[in-house]
Amino acid sequence: MDAKIVIKDFNLYYGKKQAIEGFNLSIPRNEIFSLFGPAGSGITSLLRAMNRLSDLTPDLRVEGDILLDGKSIFAPDLSMTALRRRVGMVFDVPTPLPLSIFENIAYGPRLQSKKSKAALQDIAEQALRAAALWEDVKDRLQAPAMSLSGGQQQRLCIARVLALQPEVILLDRPCSGLDPISTAKIEESLIELKKNLTVVIAPHSTQQAGRIADRVAFMLLGKLIEDGTSEDVFMQPKDQRTNDYITGRFG
Amino acid sequence: MRKKPRVGEKVVVGIIWTAAVLVLAVLAAIIVYILVKGLPQLSWEFLTQIPRNMGRAGGISSTIVGTLLVTAVAIVIAVPFGVGTAFYLAEYTKEGIITRIIRFSAESLAGIPSIVYGLFGFIFFVITLKMGYSVLSGGLTLAIMILPTIIRTAEEAIRTVPNSYRETSYSLGATKWQTIIKTVFPSSLPGIVNGIILSVGRCVAETAAVMLTAGSILRMPKSLGDSSRTMAVHFFILASEDISMEKAYGTAALLILLIFLINVVANILVNRFAAKRR
Repeated sequence: MDAKIVIKDFNLYYGKKQAIEGFNLSIPRNEIFSLFGPAGSGITSLLRAMNRLSDLTPDLRVEGDILLDGKSIFAPDLSMTALRRRVGMVFDVPTPLPLSIFENIAYGPRLQSKKSKAALQDIAEQALRAAALWEDVKDRLQAPAMSLSGGQQQRLCIARVLALQPEVILLDRPCSGLDPISTAKIEESLIELKKNLTVVIAPHSTQQAGRIADRVAFMLLGKLIEDGTSEDVFMQPKDQRTNDYITGRFG
Repeated sequence: MRKKPRVGEKVVVGIIWTAAVLVLAVLAAIIVYILVKGLPQLSWEFLTQIPRNMGRAGGISSTIVGTLLVTAVAIVIAVPFGVGTAFYLAEYTKEGIITRIIRFSAESLAGIPSIVYGLFGFIFFVITLKMGYSVLSGGLTLAIMILPTIIRTAEEAIRTVPNSYRETSYSLGATKWQTIIKTVFPSSLPGIVNGIILSVGRCVAETAAVMLTAGSILRMPKSLGDSSRTMAVHFFILASEDISMEKAYGTAALLILLIFLINVVANILVNRFAAKRR
């Protein structure tokens, strides 16, 4: 397996409370990898650690290592801004900035270097097409991003990340609170996207994980219970707890 | 079924309404009274001529210029320091002993009577630093006076910027500085400007502190080192020394109009800016 991300003996603490415990996992390149489990399993914490957004949380401490293309993301010489461009993040609620649709997409690329208006237009169109939003907004790129519907806002957030040309995209329950049509559109674009990048997603349901993921990992109370191809895990779970969760006989 | 409001509730609502109406009525009465007495005094001559004969005749042009200059000096000095402090408090430090000291000092400063600032300005700027009675001394004194207001309003405005904006900016590869400049600052700008408008109003209206530091000379100020009388001080002297009540009312009316104008213009600017960012 050609691993894009390798998580090694990873522990994460909020103050004295441990949220992730002894975690080991390999995430292969150009696949959709789904981390699923009940709320409070540490999935969000793990995703946020993968591009070190976790650094923003006070009193958060990590042990162990996360390797991106074999190189530690905690290396002292690593550029945090470069890491976050390589590993993009989409949050569970859409977070458009109070700017126009175009300005939201241009935000990231502009931080990297000065770019011409035409270059930014190109980047925006490509990103919006990839996120299946171009047809909806091509005539009103200057409209406020907040005027979009929830599903469109979330696709805008995906486009905004794609505009950075990331290698990995992390999605933390990106479809919670969205209607089935928006969800389907986002899922379609994710399947399209994995040709060029690695997708790590916390699905909002096990059904979603089953629909789109190549591989899945079941997490419970900060620990990895089991991982494998989605067929293996969903059809023949090795662990009783996984089986209970999938079949809805949990707790 | 919805419960009918009880009598006690109705009485309380009635009292609240009465209180609100009374307050508004008093305010309106004051403004109307001054405008009725003062507006007839306003003329081109009143706006453009220097006061003559202690202010009994002529206009108040030098005091208008004095007011604007003193206020401008105060704002130009206080805003960068105040907004800078607010960003330091809200974005760069963890809550701790230092922030508590800064915030406590600012709160205490806000409660000091303006005449005390005047005295400080007189002793420090006018005498010790040998600036004399001058626009600069007055502006610096006012700057210290309005600093707490600017810090507090700006800090509050910065803190109301949703944390998700910051996280989003970081997640797109922004540094802390880029996040503050490109996201936090524009989002908090309307609130910051509100605090500045409030402070401009206080500067324009301030009397005691300015009289002790900028002096009360009626000449047109030629530089920041010149002494100058502001409109508020002029009004105070005209009225308290019984020089000319007509001119005093004229000055007061113009003061009200000036503050009104500043508010309107600032609001239009802020709204236009906010409309672009939604």
